[in-house]
Amino acid sequence: MSLLEVQDLSVSLKTAHGLQDVIHHINFSMDAGETLGIVGESGCGKSIFALALMSLLPTDSQTKGKIILEGQDVLGLNSTQICSIRGNRIGMIFQEPMTALNPVQKIGAQIGESIRLHLKFSRKQTLERVTELMDKVGLPISRFPLNLYPHQLSGGQRQRVMIAMAIACNPTILIADEPTTALDVTVQEQILDLIRDLADSSGMALIMISHDLGVIAQTTQRVMVMYTGNIVEMGDTVDVFQNMCHPYTHGLFSAIPHVSASTDSKRKRLTSIPGQVPELHNRPAGCNFADRCPRASHKCRKNEPPATRVSDHHRVWCYHPLHQFESK
Amino acid sequence: MRIFLIKRIFTLLLTLLVATLVVFVVLEILPGDPAAVMLGINAEPETLNALRAQLGLNRPVWVRYLHWVADLTTGNLGISYTYDVPVSELILSRITLSFPLALLAMTLSTLIAIPMGIMAASHHNKPMDFLVMSFSQMGIAIPNFWFAMLLTLLFSVTFRLLPAGGFAGWDAGILPAFKSLLLPTIALALPQAAILARVTRSALLEVLEEDFIRTARAKGVNNQGTLWKHALRNALIPVVTIMGLQFSFLLAGTIIIENVFYLPGIGRLIFQAISQRDLIVVKNLVVLLAGAVIMINFMVDLLYAAIDPRLRGGENV
Amino acid sequence: MFRTLAEILGHGLKNRSFVIGGMMSMLFFMVAFLSYFWTPYPVENINIAEKLLTPSSKYLLGTDHFGRDILSMLIKGAQNSIIVAFVAIGIGIGFGVPLGLTAAARKGWVDELIMRFNDLTFAFPALISAIMITAILGPGSVNSIIAIGIFNVPVFARVARGAALSIWKREFILAARSAGKGQFKISLEHVLPNIASMLIVQATIQFALGILAEAGLSYLGLGTQPPMPSWGKMLNEAQTFMYFAPQLAIYPGIAIALTVLGLNLFGDGLRDVLDPKLRRSR
Repeated sequence: MSLLEVQDLSVSLKTAHGLQDVIHHINFSMDAGETLGIVGESGCGKSIFALALMSLLPTDSQTKGKIILEGQDVLGLNSTQICSIRGNRIGMIFQEPMTALNPVQKIGAQIGESIRLHLKFSRKQTLERVTELMDKVGLPISRFPLNLYPHQLSGGQRQRVMIAMAIACNPTILIADEPTTALDVTVQEQILDLIRDLADSSGMALIMISHDLGVIAQTTQRVMVMYTGNIVEMGDTVDVFQNMCHPYTHGLFSAIPHVSASTDSKRKRLTSIPGQVPELHNRPAGCNFADRCPRASHKCRKNEPPATRVSDHHRVWCYHPLHQFESK
Repeated sequence: MRIFLIKRIFTLLLTLLVATLVVFVVLEILPGDPAAVMLGINAEPETLNALRAQLGLNRPVWVRYLHWVADLTTGNLGISYTYDVPVSELILSRITLSFPLALLAMTLSTLIAIPMGIMAASHHNKPMDFLVMSFSQMGIAIPNFWFAMLLTLLFSVTFRLLPAGGFAGWDAGILPAFKSLLLPTIALALPQAAILARVTRSALLEVLEEDFIRTARAKGVNNQGTLWKHALRNALIPVVTIMGLQFSFLLAGTIIIENVFYLPGIGRLIFQAISQRDLIVVKNLVVLLAGAVIMINFMVDLLYAAIDPRLRGGENV
Repeated sequence: MFRTLAEILGHGLKNRSFVIGGMMSMLFFMVAFLSYFWTPYPVENINIAEKLLTPSSKYLLGTDHFGRDILSMLIKGAQNSIIVAFVAIGIGIGFGVPLGLTAAARKGWVDELIMRFNDLTFAFPALISAIMITAILGPGSVNSIIAIGIFNVPVFARVARGAALSIWKREFILAARSAGKGQFKISLEHVLPNIASMLIVQATIQFALGILAEAGLSYLGLGTQPPMPSWGKMLNEAQTFMYFAPQLAIYPGIAIALTVLGLNLFGDGLRDVLDPKLRRSR
């Protein structure tokens, strides 16, 4: 049985224009210990997806489908049951370490909170565990006493505290939503390494959400490319990166600037995907990418493309993928 | 932390000093001749001169000012011209009414407002929220002296349950004293509570939108826990500010309410002093009241630092 | 930035507070405006023979202890309240906004100084300032305007400063500074228009507070003097007659409460419309 199975998940949010579909019929599954990356532009729904997994969406939103975690449909649980899962079986790291910690609470207490809550440890046991966690994330308490407040730490240090909080109860899945985007470049590497090492050593499954292909390449075995709430391509990271099939994925890669040291006059111009992401309430019928796609045809604008199997672990949702291959 | 304290105390003393300067300038220098103000335009020249001598008005301005400040620090608030009694005595006798009144009103206001604000925020956009907001809007719009009059109309005139005014004094017994203070306390407290409830609610609602609340939820803290353990302490900061500000409004309110209910308190004293043109009482009383407000604001600042560790200037790692 | 008036109205009409508050406030202003030209009965005339009458078809709300028509007095009183509150806001904005803008632009010791001065003024609430002023200069509407105005200054200074500080941080200001524009010009041409909506909202609030303050001062006899009617003074006079003519105490109070309520509701609605980002969840 897979650790996490998402069946036909759709999320609608309440906006100024009424209830809008933000995520469309997402299906995938994940086994224990796997690392999955979710990549896409801002607004493609990847963060919403993460929040949906944690049942942290606003109350006026609508979620349909099933999210089966360790055999239980998370969406069917009542609030007490959900609270016992969050922070316990699933942990999450957020994007903005500067604002994600309670400014008036000591870091020791913040890390210890979920331990006391879910594992029901005594004070002494909690203290031991918190010390252990701080060590694990690279903040030994000899230099970082537990009675520090968040404002006394740097961004990278705060992110480490968040990581400690997220893994405190040994969750089976860790979701990292753009964990390094708000950090300095020099610190980014360290944090990514930390997350990957922690996932490896504890056998935790990891969902890494990022718009940065480099981050995905470094940390994940499988990747899911999202565009406007749909999965457009999914497969093993290496496979997708080397044999990308969806025009959008190709566009993402082409947009990466290449720094060339040579005075070669063949230095490439920066390419970008023409056009803009359609607004929530203006999404066209058919494939959402059609308006920006160099390969789009009449068929694309009429119906949403179904999944096409590229290889064992590689699927693409497109009528005109970049590689011709045997379908089905 | 120590530096923070020292800075604040320095600012406090400076502000107090400037306050005395302001009062002095407005009440002694601006009118030109305080004696003429006190005695009126038709006073005899001899009486005027006598008063001027008594008040020491022939000394240079800065000497008068320094003398006065020195007197203030030793607790000498001058002698009332009307009653020929030390002002400090007058104040002392009145404060046994005004201070308990203010305290009761502040307590009642807080006891009503903060729970209401919390309830409104945790039931946002539901009927309870609407109810609290309506109460708040009405409480803000209704002038407190009118509210006092309505209370009197209802409880004293129609039902004859409580006295319409006057204060029997604490010696007459605790219960009668409280009966005289009940309506004034309510009249003072409710409008304040209306504002405070609103502030509490909006502070909480704002805090509940912050990122760290989402982090707490992601850890599995339920709604109750999020509210009480995470949101409230952060929301207290703006709430405490307003409570501090409210003190000066409470003061102003006491002046009015004491007049509505004919209570012999500080408010009424100041008022009578104006009608009697007793500048000495006015001057010293005003500076005392201003000083009290400044002190309260200072203590609120200290309270801030106690609640919000970011203000303590701790060392960064 | 400024949207057209039509846009603002369009959004506003969807907002409950805006509509209800707006209508109440408009009623108030129209009544006050009307009183310039006409009141059912002249308010200066004293007519002891007709004193303390209960409402009838002749005197819609009855008469007071001097025989004056209460309705006329209420109408004229609206005019009085507006003038006082309005000029007081003028003082508050006229002195407070420049102070706040300067504090935000200069920062450093200028900022500290202005902020301390602000705190100081909070120590002298309108009532205490009024007491000091009337002790010297005697009671009157001008003096209550000054007193209320003085208290408005730190409020507007604080709001202006706070809003200006966040504008200064924005990118386009950096652009203007790099282009060599001076602080004064930037404050005037860039900062001010952007904080205008906050100031307008605050002005509505202070206007309502001004009306309350004027009523309070008049109640104590420190404000508007007869023959100009003032709602506060009416309440003060009504108190003596509360036992036999309670209606005297009720009408002026309702007038004050409804006016202030309307203005507050309108201010809330306006705030939601002008700057939804700033919206404190209603």
